[in-house]
Amino acid sequence: MTIQEIIASLPGARDKLQEIREIIVANAVMISEIPAPTGQERERIEFITSRFQEFGLQNACIDEFGNAQAILPGRAAAHNILVAAHADTVKDEAGFGSAAAVKSDAIDGWGIADNGLGLAALVSLPEILRRLDVTLDSDLILLAQTQSLGRGDLGGIRFFLEHVQLPIVAGICLEGAQLGRLSYSCLGMNRNKIVCEVPAEPTQWQETGSKSALVTMGEILQKLSAIPVPQNPRTTVIIGSMRAGTGYNSPPTRAALRFEVRSEQVGMARQIREQIEEIIDEVSAETGTVTSIEVLARRIPGGIPFSHPLVKATRDIMRGLNITPTFHPSVGDLAALIFKKIPSVTVGISRGLNIHAPTESVEIEPIFSGLAQLVGLLQFIDAHPGQMEPPPTPEGLEYYEGDA
Amino acid sequence: MNIEDWLQKNTFHHGEFSDIRALVSAKEKSGMSISLCIPTLNEEKTIGKEIVILKSELMDRYGLIDELAVIDSGSSDATLEIAAQFGADVYLSADILPEQGFKRGKGENLWKAVHQLRGDVICYVDADIANIHARFVYGLVAPLIQREEIHYVKAFYDRPLAFSQGIRPSGGGRVTEILVRPLFSLFYPDLTAIIQPLSGEYAVRRPVLEAIPFPIGYGVETSHILDVYHKWGLEAFAQTDLDQRVHRNQSTQALGKMSFGILQSFLSRAKAHGIISDFDDVSNLYRAFQVKDHRYEQVLTEIIEEERPPMVAIDEYRKKFGITGS
Repeated sequence: MTIQEIIASLPGARDKLQEIREIIVANAVMISEIPAPTGQERERIEFITSRFQEFGLQNACIDEFGNAQAILPGRAAAHNILVAAHADTVKDEAGFGSAAAVKSDAIDGWGIADNGLGLAALVSLPEILRRLDVTLDSDLILLAQTQSLGRGDLGGIRFFLEHVQLPIVAGICLEGAQLGRLSYSCLGMNRNKIVCEVPAEPTQWQETGSKSALVTMGEILQKLSAIPVPQNPRTTVIIGSMRAGTGYNSPPTRAALRFEVRSEQVGMARQIREQIEEIIDEVSAETGTVTSIEVLARRIPGGIPFSHPLVKATRDIMRGLNITPTFHPSVGDLAALIFKKIPSVTVGISRGLNIHAPTESVEIEPIFSGLAQLVGLLQFIDAHPGQMEPPPTPEGLEYYEGDA
Repeated sequence: MNIEDWLQKNTFHHGEFSDIRALVSAKEKSGMSISLCIPTLNEEKTIGKEIVILKSELMDRYGLIDELAVIDSGSSDATLEIAAQFGADVYLSADILPEQGFKRGKGENLWKAVHQLRGDVICYVDADIANIHARFVYGLVAPLIQREEIHYVKAFYDRPLAFSQGIRPSGGGRVTEILVRPLFSLFYPDLTAIIQPLSGEYAVRRPVLEAIPFPIGYGVETSHILDVYHKWGLEAFAQTDLDQRVHRNQSTQALGKMSFGILQSFLSRAKAHGIISDFDDVSNLYRAFQVKDHRYEQVLTEIIEEERPPMVAIDEYRKKFGITGS
């Protein structure tokens, strides 16, 4: 099947999928309402596994790491294509009090975009292919991976890729939003937490404030912001959050700063983190505070080229469905696949609003384009396994040891 | 059947029926058809999710229900548009049996559903359930599929009900515990075994539905229970624990009006059944008070519990369902 034939079939597929709109929307709503903070995804994973089992997929099970997985067998079983969506959510347990709502044009609900809809696409995929009468030669491995976000550090997908016995020809990572997203490379990244502590001593009121973890963290932050960051290769330091204190009138004895360093170049993120470690040592010594840095997650930069047939096909398929591609490198599950030399992309399923906020929402109509895009991609990989060249080793990586 | 026997044999938990495939198989073997009816009035916030989930789980994935209908009292919001968009059959109550006229009230919608829908069983589910799940339907129709002698299955919710104001203890709602349970305890002690007689979710066989009158307002659930008990006895009932139900809370004032309507229905039934006698007609005026400019003033609300007759008495219905004789 040529890419032209695939593209020509997609508008029809998109329209046909309207027939199972309620199944897809219901799956998205039900999945997003099951609490799944990172490390506590069990109930959501059981639901997903039961969906796999009900459809009669092979090997539908929960692995040792808590990932849900199943195989939809193809005609020839010559190759294996992985379709993966992370099962954990940014919001914690407390965020699950509010129920989702289905409006005429959108689904509202905290976590519906990241990643309720991505998971709905995953669990609905066997039904989608059945409705479209699409049978692949390849086996499809469906994976809902746990502990992907934040401190989870891609734990689920890393475990799966370390232990899977089947060779994987290509991978597709699913995110609920944004439709048009095309990630084919990943940034080098380290995700860190600095904790600064001062002893809680009774002080004269005149001294109040002099022994404050927050003040010390402020000094660290000031020096951290002054580190020169290269524009090329693109490198950024993202200060994500700072937490300290309980009120107005007592100096905090503990402060925590979370930040990420990202870079396109191997070793750059690590270099910057090492500079930050020096700053911490210096400020600790000057102020007499106990300050430590913990690395919560690391990524090595890499990816497949823009000209890779998988990226080109994804772009062509998107344009065939009037989806405008937007390119941005990933620090998510794609990195684990790229690290394992599996050519892969991450795509979104619909347009989302207010992602990670209680007012999170996804539009319903674009979902069908997002799903048709997924089907087209699977058909392309299935028809052209020989073009699925593995990602090249990033320049400099052969000399590189340690984190990104 | 005494209360203890009934509680033992006719009280279920939805978990007993979670094998929907097996239920569908038993339903098909029996030849039974099931209609799901959601009565609505301005429910745009919850109706979409309710229809999407019930249709997906119970019609598209499993053929447990044969018909999913919304019967609306004249919503001014997007309830009807959303319901139709996600595949429900949508009817305006006023368009059903137009020669019988239209009365505004949930009971009216439930009564009109008996004529409009095709099923041998009708399962009624309120539209305001925030935590909707397929169990709200399969938990209620399953006892009817499995046990011929059961005719009327009522939902109850044994877990704490979550409200925006917090968590309150389990059991029936406030009106059940303060009004209905004391009345049943005095006059119909068998019926106290029905844990939530006012719950809006129940599944009923057509021969029962067509034979009982329908108050159009607040009293419909109470009068159903009294009428079914009077004609068929406690053994015709079953109840299923559906766990938690999350829905809107109502003000105490609104519950006062509801209680007034329920009490009217109760008194008319108790009189008709000979439970109480020498009871003159009573006022339909609900009297409340409010303070205006430091003065108390009376607020009068007329609450008339009008009733629709048993559907089997309506000619159009008899014609549609081929009923002859008395």
